[in-house]
Amino acid sequence: MDYVIEMLNITKEFPGIIANDNITLQLKKGEIHALLGENGAGKSTLMSVLFGLYQPEKGTIKKEGKEVKINDPNAANALGIGMVHQHFKLVHNFTVLQNIILGVETTHNGLLRMDDARTKVVSLSKRYGLSVDPDALIQDITVGMQQRVEILKMLYRDNEILIFDEPTAVLTPQEIDELMKIMKDLAAEGKSILFITHKLNEIKEVADRCTVLRKGKLVGTVDVADTSIEQMSEMMVGRKIDFAVEKADVEPGEPVLEVRGLTVGGKHTKKSVKDVSFTVRKGEIVCIAGIDGNGQSELVYALTGLQPIEKGQILINGKDITHLSIRKRNAEGMSHIPEDRHKHGLVLDYSLEENLVLKCYYTPIFQKNGFLKFQKINEYANCLIAKYDIRSGQGAKTIARSMSGGNQQKAIVAREIDLGPEILIAVQPTRGLDVGAIEYIHKQLLSQREEGKAVLLISLELDEVMDISDRILVIYEGEIVGELDPKTATLQELGLYMAGGKRDERSEAI
Amino acid sequence: MILLKKLLNIRGFNNATSSIVAIFAGLLFGFIILLISNPSQAVDGFIIILKGGFSTGGKGMGQVMYFATPLILTGLSVGFAFKTGLFNIGASGQFIMGAFAAVYIGVKWTFIPAPFHWMVALLAATIVGGLWALIPGLLKAYLNVHEVISTIMMNYIGMYLANFLVKSTVYDSKKALSMNVAESAVLPKGGLDKIFYNPIGSSGAVDLSTVNSGFYIALVVAVIMFIVLNKTTFGYELKACGFNQNASKYAGINEKRSIVLSMVIAGALAGLGGGLLYLSGASGRHIKAVDVLAAEGFNGIPVALLGLSNPIGIIFSAIFISYITLGGNYLQTLNFVPEIIDVIIACVIYFSAFALLFRNILPRLLKWRMDAAEIKNERGNE
Repeated sequence: MDYVIEMLNITKEFPGIIANDNITLQLKKGEIHALLGENGAGKSTLMSVLFGLYQPEKGTIKKEGKEVKINDPNAANALGIGMVHQHFKLVHNFTVLQNIILGVETTHNGLLRMDDARTKVVSLSKRYGLSVDPDALIQDITVGMQQRVEILKMLYRDNEILIFDEPTAVLTPQEIDELMKIMKDLAAEGKSILFITHKLNEIKEVADRCTVLRKGKLVGTVDVADTSIEQMSEMMVGRKIDFAVEKADVEPGEPVLEVRGLTVGGKHTKKSVKDVSFTVRKGEIVCIAGIDGNGQSELVYALTGLQPIEKGQILINGKDITHLSIRKRNAEGMSHIPEDRHKHGLVLDYSLEENLVLKCYYTPIFQKNGFLKFQKINEYANCLIAKYDIRSGQGAKTIARSMSGGNQQKAIVAREIDLGPEILIAVQPTRGLDVGAIEYIHKQLLSQREEGKAVLLISLELDEVMDISDRILVIYEGEIVGELDPKTATLQELGLYMAGGKRDERSEAI
Repeated sequence: MILLKKLLNIRGFNNATSSIVAIFAGLLFGFIILLISNPSQAVDGFIIILKGGFSTGGKGMGQVMYFATPLILTGLSVGFAFKTGLFNIGASGQFIMGAFAAVYIGVKWTFIPAPFHWMVALLAATIVGGLWALIPGLLKAYLNVHEVISTIMMNYIGMYLANFLVKSTVYDSKKALSMNVAESAVLPKGGLDKIFYNPIGSSGAVDLSTVNSGFYIALVVAVIMFIVLNKTTFGYELKACGFNQNASKYAGINEKRSIVLSMVIAGALAGLGGGLLYLSGASGRHIKAVDVLAAEGFNGIPVALLGLSNPIGIIFSAIFISYITLGGNYLQTLNFVPEIIDVIIACVIYFSAFALLFRNILPRLLKWRMDAAEIKNERGNE
């Protein structure tokens, strides 16, 4: 069997954790090979080893049967290995063309020869159906376009082995479809693709074979055609996953969060939220659905006090909190799982325990006369770690930065839910998480609902919107354009509202 | 081997080791410069630098502590700001403004009863230093003006203003220095005069060091800063703002207030340093009122870097830098040009300040080597 790349018995250790334990992965020429695993399973570490970012403690890498040593990304490049990182490595105020040739500029007597490069880029983009404007600035093009630039970068360097690190995490559904097609075309042209993901549908759609990792160990490599989604998810998580969300019947009670005529921005900037009114009652999950960038973030910032409002009123349990500080809003029972866990959710250089008390360190339980009670903080943190199954290298003392994304998110969810909120505002709580963690977070949201708490969910994932919520409010260009019942509404109908193609005449808030 | 590995996992040990390695590297570099500038006397000169304050016995050590005192404070000023996410380049300006306030009160406010006179002067130095940093703090918090720019500008404003004020109020034009402060405003010796002196002849007369209880105050302040940063909710808030302003705001911390307070505290520390240095009697330092930024302020930066911004580490790094600087002064007994001495000492100090770099590289290098050795052993056993 001729493999283009073989990674044999790779072991890579980090302090307190074995990220890769004796893992073997073999890539055939012209195949799309998926690498599946939960967050922290060791996928990214394995790919970083292949790309020369890490040196393995044990194991060998072979290219076309010959053993090679990959000391840095340049060496990887020389072997024809290219990688699209999850967070793109592009210079934002450079043009597409400048980005593509960066590092391998064609020069003549020290002067740039852009014309040669342009010819090659244009012919490559034609050949693989990657339509991009070579003269557009990166900052002006969409995320999907930026990803195509990254792909062109690899093609321009004549890479034969293409690594995609969770490429769909940042894309819209339409862009995902396009990417899938591009990947198939690339494979048909003889490129070999390694595709890191934890989304099973995508694997089923494009991949030929799939290697599954769990907690740093190899579970196995399977042919995708012969394996069901359920089987793959079981391999990944180590137990059966229940895809159907079970919702108990809960009768909604008193209104908890009332928003009246909320407008954000205006005087000098564009209005990002326009006259929005809605109510979230006890024991219900209200979801705000919409395409990214339609005012969801601003709406949440306004509710939580991170951004000032132009006009309107916000009430919790009948009390006006419109002009209260963030801390007072928290004290009134508002919890917030933020959209960006690195920007808002965590102090990454603080330890896990310090992060777990980020919203309650000043309460008498954790401080006396201004001195922190470290013993109590540690006990509380260990209690949350056990209760919410937060995994990390060194327990409560782990620096948050070194934790995997899924566990960082679990820490935030634990902190916010354990505050015992009246209203939980969860913004894309499952973004970038694997099925195990998604299932877990959905269960937590539903148990809040069953305890009679109010939940406001802001999500871009339509499946999540349909499965979890009791009512769906669709936001389009800062306005609530419709209210749907997930039991009766169809995805098509929801999509129509989200795209602005349909709107209810809502005279008044419900 | 196991012991060494355990040691490597202790943060404090790592930090101290990396600082010491950095100091050795700095000294080696200084030696090379000595060799280049004056090869025949390089070895002798190096020994003089190494002997530092010890060259002149008890008094010398006392002088090391005297000059370390303001460095501890300016080091704390820079280090504290750094821990809370701010770069305080303005310690010079805060230092000299604090110094002027202390000297002014020390000379003019003789109506204050004796035991309180120096205390009031120190308090004034602290407050004025804090106020001098309030301006960049407010600019940063409310107008998003970067504190590096504003503190540098405040350095010059502070220097010229202090020169003007000294010359128009407390200037002794015969000596071209600020006047001596009143006896009651001089910091008490606190028993240090019993230790740090050189006897003159056999008559029992002594050559006293200038060191005084200001050194104790610096130590106490360092310990207080350590406690504030590591044990209190206040320190927790300030550090959180330093690490991630957005998350602090999200958690309900008033991040603008934290920025202003961090800056004010940093300035107060530097101002106190100014007071401690200049309230030292006739034999101590006086404000020269020349157009040069106070070196104590800038040396706070390498002190903080070498101490890795840890208040306790800063005590030791300030003593080290004071020790080496004095050693440099004694180099004049050999044929070294004063300018070259400054270059050598600056090289030692700034090279040492690369400690941060070593801190990151050293443990990794050691661990990597040991792991490699272990793997080899395992392979051998198989």
